[in-house]
Amino acid sequence: MKPSLLWVAAFGAVLILLPQVIGSAYYVNLCSQILIAAILASSLNILVGFGGLTSLGHAAYAGTAAYFTVYLSAHAGFGYLAGAVMAVAGTTAMALLFGLLALRASGLGFLMITLALGQILWGIAYRWVSLTGGDNGLGGFTRPQPFGIDLADPAAFYYFALVVFGLALFAIHRFMHSPFGQSLQGTRDQPRRMSALGYNVRSIQLLSFVYAGFWGAVAGLLYAYYHQFVSPHVLHLTTSAETLLMVIAGGAGTLFGPVVGAALVVILKNVASAYIARWMMLLGAVFVAIVLFMPDGLVPGVSRLFRRFRNTRRTAMKNTEPDAAALPPTLGKRSA
Amino acid sequence: MLHRGKALSAALLSTVFLSTLLPPGFASAQSDPIKVGFMTVRSGALSAGGRQMEEGLKLCVDQYGGKMAGRAIEVITADTAGQPAVTKTKAQELVERNGVDVLIGPLAAFEALAIDDYIRQAKIPTISPSAAAEDMTQRKPNPWFVRAVGTSAQPYHPFGEYAAKELGYKKIAVIADDFAFGHEIASGFQRTFEENGGKVVQKLWSPLNTPDYGSYISQIEPDVDAVFAAFAGGNGIKFLQQYNNYGMTTPVLGAMTTVDEGVLKSMGDEAVGVISAGWYSAANSNPGNKEFTEAVRKQYGADPGYYTVGAYMACQFLNNALEKVGGNVEDRDALMKALRSVSIDSGPYGKVSIDDLGQPVMDVTIRKVEKKDGRLQNVVVKTYPATSQFWTYDQKEFLAQPVYSRDYQPAKK
Repeated sequence: MKPSLLWVAAFGAVLILLPQVIGSAYYVNLCSQILIAAILASSLNILVGFGGLTSLGHAAYAGTAAYFTVYLSAHAGFGYLAGAVMAVAGTTAMALLFGLLALRASGLGFLMITLALGQILWGIAYRWVSLTGGDNGLGGFTRPQPFGIDLADPAAFYYFALVVFGLALFAIHRFMHSPFGQSLQGTRDQPRRMSALGYNVRSIQLLSFVYAGFWGAVAGLLYAYYHQFVSPHVLHLTTSAETLLMVIAGGAGTLFGPVVGAALVVILKNVASAYIARWMMLLGAVFVAIVLFMPDGLVPGVSRLFRRFRNTRRTAMKNTEPDAAALPPTLGKRSA
Repeated sequence: MLHRGKALSAALLSTVFLSTLLPPGFASAQSDPIKVGFMTVRSGALSAGGRQMEEGLKLCVDQYGGKMAGRAIEVITADTAGQPAVTKTKAQELVERNGVDVLIGPLAAFEALAIDDYIRQAKIPTISPSAAAEDMTQRKPNPWFVRAVGTSAQPYHPFGEYAAKELGYKKIAVIADDFAFGHEIASGFQRTFEENGGKVVQKLWSPLNTPDYGSYISQIEPDVDAVFAAFAGGNGIKFLQQYNNYGMTTPVLGAMTTVDEGVLKSMGDEAVGVISAGWYSAANSNPGNKEFTEAVRKQYGADPGYYTVGAYMACQFLNNALEKVGGNVEDRDALMKALRSVSIDSGPYGKVSIDDLGQPVMDVTIRKVEKKDGRLQNVVVKTYPATSQFWTYDQKEFLAQPVYSRDYQPAKK
């Protein structure tokens, strides 16, 4: 077994045992929120980390899917499954449209277009009161009971979120290591060369954009199930910016970076604020520290520290096992 | 000897018997502190109001010496950051982790709506010190919810009538913050104003974070008799200043929050003469209020406004209910019933009672900004006693109509 697989198995086991270990419903709920944020951040990571496309409008997909599913299932009389399928399909179609618009530009232009599109959706949610409830939001939504399992129970919902999270992470991992994912990374590093090699850069980027939108929609679906309520805040620029922060703080372009980033942000926001009145400053200070000391994010930064520590210890001990030192120490290895 | 032995065993037996009758943990529960979960905003745009809420609550708890109905009060404060998702997590934390017996908060209507389902599910008595959304005590009442402030439109039904009948205005332009609170205020005012012969000829909605009201002020039709300006937070300061700078002389009517005591202290002479309506004024001369404002001024050096009095009264409501149930918060149904039948005779609000949907029936005053004792004050001009959220309308008919919104009711040309 490769060490990376071992790590994944250990990580998975910890996640599965988590509700039994912590017991308290509050912390289990917090973990569910981390999982949801992690799916959203991971989907944004497809664009930011692997595609080099920095988007400031990623809340659009989570928010739209959340609005769709609450509206369809709680107010328009559709079932949960129908509502969920339509929400994800509709949002993915919207991602296609947004991709067509946003990918006409690159770099800063791309960033601004995604920002503008996100703001348009926020404006619609805020203003189309008859459909969205305006700033009072849409409520009256209950959690579904698939196969007789009541998701209103915190632990049941956690496992539900965990299954989706596992699927999302696996799917994103497969996507990134597929030839298509490799070509996306190619368009990030050498767009002109990729073009010269006969790759259609724009359609590669567009497909990835839609794929990211799809997983964003799935995160939005979970968000709606978790909160049973949706208001324009979920579509707001701050949600998009926060998601981007998760990706960057955790480590863009690594599989587990956004997960770590999501955990960091959710915990700081919800737990630290109970003890520290000026938790916003703490959040700021943590990000400044990350940017200063680990500019490529927590996961790459920590694994580099770990590697350096191991190497110095090894040289000090004059260890002479050459093949052990050559093993990659982390999971999130990035193809060069 | 035999007798004494018999008496002793009888006494022992009866104690044992009695103690089995009592609910388990009775003795210890009655001496444990009552935990109050307080949700406020300490960070972000709403934090000024959040701080005033904390002051109001603290003042009330201190006045009772940290004890209500013989039990200590422990306040656990949570910062919701003004975000619905965080509010929900905080509510869960307070209920599930801290085990609070009652919630006071949150600040904004959208936060309160975000935890509406959770309150029902957790069956946790909740007192709102600020959130004013109409439907929470109208079309979507929550059995676990009681409000300590007016609904958005509650003071403006009488105000519309006052503007038409006593001020004799015929045509009014409305400018309001473009969110539910502003929409509900404007529509409540418009309804009674038009029923009494007036006409709202224009409705301007400015975004909450408008930096410059110039472009809105210049749109106001020149032949209106007055402008009704309904703003929240610091927007009233900006609006009135710019209105003055543009040389406008048309009289301004305000919402309670446009010239709230919390922002009035930052205003200048441009605010003098603004007539507004509200369920509270720091300048109200009823004895309970005098005591309260003096205490606030002494403690915090400022007049109490919307948020201070809201949180203070939420705490008074709690005290009133706790006295009724003898401090037994463990019986939540009884506590909720007591909260729903709060009635206080004297205090900042004067006389206040609760209707069957959990909304206070309270005095509404018409106030006019005047400079008195070197500071701006909302001097009470007229009082409409015991005003219900339904004004003089039939409750059923009122509830059959849609909730006040941006388009209901439209301006009439």
